[in-house]
Amino acid sequence: MEAVTGSPAVWVSHLSKRYRKRVAVDGVSFTVARGEVLGLLGPNGAGKTSVIKMMLGLVRPDAGEVMLLGRPGTDPRSREKVGYLPELFRYQPWLTADEVLTLHVRLAGVTVPDRERRDCLGLVGLADRATDRVGGFSKGMQQRLGLAVALVARPELVVLDEPTSALDPLGRADVRDLLLSLRQRQVAVLLNSHLIGEVERVCDRVLILDRGRVAASGTLAELLGRRTLRLRLSDVSDEASALLEPYEKAGDRYTVALPEDVPALVADLVKRGVRVHAVEPARATLEERLLDILRAHPEEHR
Amino acid sequence: MTVLTIATLTLREASRRRVLRSLAVLTVLLLALSAWGFSRIDAEFGGLTSGEAKVAGSTVLNLVMFGSSLIAALGTAFLAGPSVAGEVESGIALAMMTRPIRRWQVLLGKWLGLVAFGSGFVTVAGVAEFVIVHLTVGYWPPHPVTGLLLLAGQTAALLTLGLLFATAISPMASGIVAVGLFGATWIAGVVGSVGEALGNPSVAQVGVVSRMLLPTDGLWRGAMNAFQDPSLLAQIGTGVEESPFLSMAPLTPAYLTWAAIWTLLVLGLAALGFQRRDL
Repeated sequence: MEAVTGSPAVWVSHLSKRYRKRVAVDGVSFTVARGEVLGLLGPNGAGKTSVIKMMLGLVRPDAGEVMLLGRPGTDPRSREKVGYLPELFRYQPWLTADEVLTLHVRLAGVTVPDRERRDCLGLVGLADRATDRVGGFSKGMQQRLGLAVALVARPELVVLDEPTSALDPLGRADVRDLLLSLRQRQVAVLLNSHLIGEVERVCDRVLILDRGRVAASGTLAELLGRRTLRLRLSDVSDEASALLEPYEKAGDRYTVALPEDVPALVADLVKRGVRVHAVEPARATLEERLLDILRAHPEEHR
Repeated sequence: MTVLTIATLTLREASRRRVLRSLAVLTVLLLALSAWGFSRIDAEFGGLTSGEAKVAGSTVLNLVMFGSSLIAALGTAFLAGPSVAGEVESGIALAMMTRPIRRWQVLLGKWLGLVAFGSGFVTVAGVAEFVIVHLTVGYWPPHPVTGLLLLAGQTAALLTLGLLFATAISPMASGIVAVGLFGATWIAGVVGSVGEALGNPSVAQVGVVSRMLLPTDGLWRGAMNAFQDPSLLAQIGTGVEESPFLSMAPLTPAYLTWAAIWTLLVLGLAALGFQRRDL
């Protein structure tokens, strides 16, 4: 079957997986458009890695369908232009870094000139370790090698599962640059990361998983759309606080949904004897939003 | 293409891991010991007739070949485990299996690589031993090529079983179980010979059944038969039945076919097991 052109990079429909009695993934559907960077967020055990593994044919789903770059996931050719950095990244310790890349290029069935392969190692900062055995690499270096493996066969879709878990701050910045350059080259990326700041900075869209289900998804603007107003107040009477309802309070700081007329609110507060020290509009961070979403069902979390 | 890539990768792994060095040391030790042993036979019993030299030579040759087949079996079984179960456990398999390849291709590639490695080892160690025996007691086995092929077959059968276990259980356990079964069938074979010697058909049946279930012992007996002097059997005649290091008859084509089918069947099962496994 020929690949459907113009199809999304990833199309996942109603994916489910059960390990013995525990439901790991429960009817997850999403798409990643070509050239789009999708961030996958969620607490530990939310099913993020399981979704990725089912997408890539490593784990057999109990139900659901996967299409990668226009081909059904059951066809190995759907992975011809896919690069993957697993959460558990290990490479043949008896091979050199360059040999690992050569192996992956060969398995991908593409021809990549020596020069390009070495550039790829250079891109992740391993240019001078090309002929060293992987067995002697630190965890961080192995993760960098993993990135090179994911990128070496000219992918159109790159799946990165916690790509910075073993990297120092410098390495994380490198990965961020790398992600931005991938986006520029119209390579689709699925990024699973605990580092919300990382996701916020590079992702076009975010998918939040919780207990195996999609808890929320959308562009950053859609998810963070709710704007707020932060006020620092003292001498707040009951009558004045009724004006602010509903609000969140921490010390003398109040956070409310952004009202249409901020000066009017401030005038009303002052009229009721409230002393206003500061007023600033704010936008929820992705982290706050994520916690909001996950705490929406607190009784189900232990 | 994929199969060949994996096969070369497996050979490279075998040559770069410590397993090869340990195998080499063990083999050199065994060969040195046997060279010393053979030279003692010649020195202590200087007045051996040519017939007696043949008896001693072929019996001890079989003993030593059993040693090297054991080394080959241990070596490949302990390579087969880590190369599937170990890679799944460590995560090496994750990045590899997401390439546009099928799992059976990987398994077949590994199998080919391991068979090539095991056969290479058996050939090198076997030929070295033949040369030693020839130089010390002047004995040369009647069918060296057939014998070595059967030994390679024995190694292939065992490592296929190791691969099957490796798709289901941990790397160490798969090696241990495979080698344990190998030992068990050998002992069952000995028990069977005792049964034949005592004329007890039900005990003799033990050897026959175990040789069907796991053909390593059967193939080993075929190899022994190819290494020992045919006139020896004629001399001894029917007075003596099979012993662990003496085989009365060459293998039948039916048994060889069964051994090949058995190996393919186990390989097929291993591929099926690997296919269904969540990585």
